[in-house]
Amino acid sequence: MDKKQLAEFIKSLDSDFEIKEGKQYTEVTVRPSKIHSLARQLKEKEETLFDFLDCITGVDYGHDLGVIYHLRSTKYQHFVVIKSRTADRENPQFDSVTDLWQAANLHEREAYDLLGIRFTNHPDLRRLFLNSSWGFPLRKDYVDNDNITS
Amino acid sequence: MEEKVKDIGTDEKQEYIINIGPQHPSTHGVMRLVVSLEGETVKNVEPHLGYIHRGIEKMCESLTYPQIIHLTDRMDYLSAHINNEVFCLAVEKALEIDIPDRVKVIRTLMSELTRIQSHELFWASYGMDLGGQTCYFYGLRDREMVLDIFEETTGGRMLVSYNCPGGVMYDLHPNFQKRVKDFIKHFRKVLPEYDEILTNNVIFHERTVGIGTLLREEAISYGITGPSARASGFSCDVRKHEPYSAYDRVKFNEVLYTDGDAFHRYLARVEEMRESMNIIDQLIDNIPEGPYAVKMKPVIKLPEGEYYQRVETPRGELGVYIISDGNKTPYRVHFRTPNFANLSVLNHLAKGFKIADLISIFGSLDYVIPDIDR
Repeated sequence: MDKKQLAEFIKSLDSDFEIKEGKQYTEVTVRPSKIHSLARQLKEKEETLFDFLDCITGVDYGHDLGVIYHLRSTKYQHFVVIKSRTADRENPQFDSVTDLWQAANLHEREAYDLLGIRFTNHPDLRRLFLNSSWGFPLRKDYVDNDNITS
Repeated sequence: MEEKVKDIGTDEKQEYIINIGPQHPSTHGVMRLVVSLEGETVKNVEPHLGYIHRGIEKMCESLTYPQIIHLTDRMDYLSAHINNEVFCLAVEKALEIDIPDRVKVIRTLMSELTRIQSHELFWASYGMDLGGQTCYFYGLRDREMVLDIFEETTGGRMLVSYNCPGGVMYDLHPNFQKRVKDFIKHFRKVLPEYDEILTNNVIFHERTVGIGTLLREEAISYGITGPSARASGFSCDVRKHEPYSAYDRVKFNEVLYTDGDAFHRYLARVEEMRESMNIIDQLIDNIPEGPYAVKMKPVIKLPEGEYYQRVETPRGELGVYIISDGNKTPYRVHFRTPNFANLSVLNHLAKGFKIADLISIFGSLDYVIPDIDR
């Protein structure tokens, strides 16, 4: 499917999704509670078959925290980007997609390690690179006592 | 003791725990594997990361785009040129710049040389991991010739930093074509020796055939890319599926096998060296004339938006995701590095094999640790 067909197809799954045809890929913005059901449908529906998870990126938007999923289909070679945000900085939570793509395991642990984003139902959510007393360095309000960046 | 067992997150108190690394010859860098054993059989492998975590993504947020290129070298130091390239391609895509033909061909040539030298080092170290010391000397001897070519043109041997947004830093050295041809001629002659000493070696077969078999579906689910995935029959070569630079004008085969064991992961890399030589053959006499870089503004600012670019490194798909807010520094940069994704499958592959096979499996996946940690 090209970008337009893909956008229409995803729209038909749930009218609640906010869809944007980006310069490169179709982008879908969903509420955190709907990530898992959308991901499952995109993976399992015969028309889309997004069976390859490229990466999960955690982002600090200043006020919100967000995650971005890059999905690809190995059969059709089309791409989709799923985005979600939460305003809860104290306890940001998203559903884990590890049960759909094993690749998500490390990507989610990385997002947890560097941004403090929690993924519910993740089998083994621990810090990945840093020790547990370290803050979350990729957050914009992180105080850089160790001069990483300068 | 009880506390220690708890520490590494397992409930089986009877298991024997052994630490491989962070300083261990077979981890090829600073990574620690906590291995639970029952007898000699591997029950669980738990990689502990972060020994060489430098926070590259954080550093990127306070550096300008041309500066970041020098950091990308330091992720996967064996494919430094290709790491530079992916970042430049992303910036050029964002700015919608047309790149001169000469640059595209130079980048492709350099990328393939990078691929050859990386696979040579893989061949050398994998042979050594499994007890063939000679391999290391053969591999490094021939790799030296590629590094000399890099040094002459770029000034760097490993961390070349040769790409810049809009082109490459300097023009090719006048000796470049001759030296590349000499190297290809030499390498065609010695590659059969590589096969004699390792590929057709019975002891090597015993250590690799049928070890750590990865199925195609698993490769897809675990997000494995590169030769490791292609050995399982998963066609994922970005050069084929989404050609960049000059890959759309060269003919080459995507090396695919279906067995998916350690031996075929090895074989895929050796065959890729042959394909890389074919690509270089097609381009080396046809380097177009023209400028080696487009003149860029002194301060590069990307338009507001998000950009994703992926390329094929010797170890798989490298993606860079840039979020720009229109400033001279990016708002957020994320690297989808091939080794990080490939690491997730290690535990799955090693389970049930002997601990000596773990070294074989680990070697066959060809990890570069700074690329995992970043």
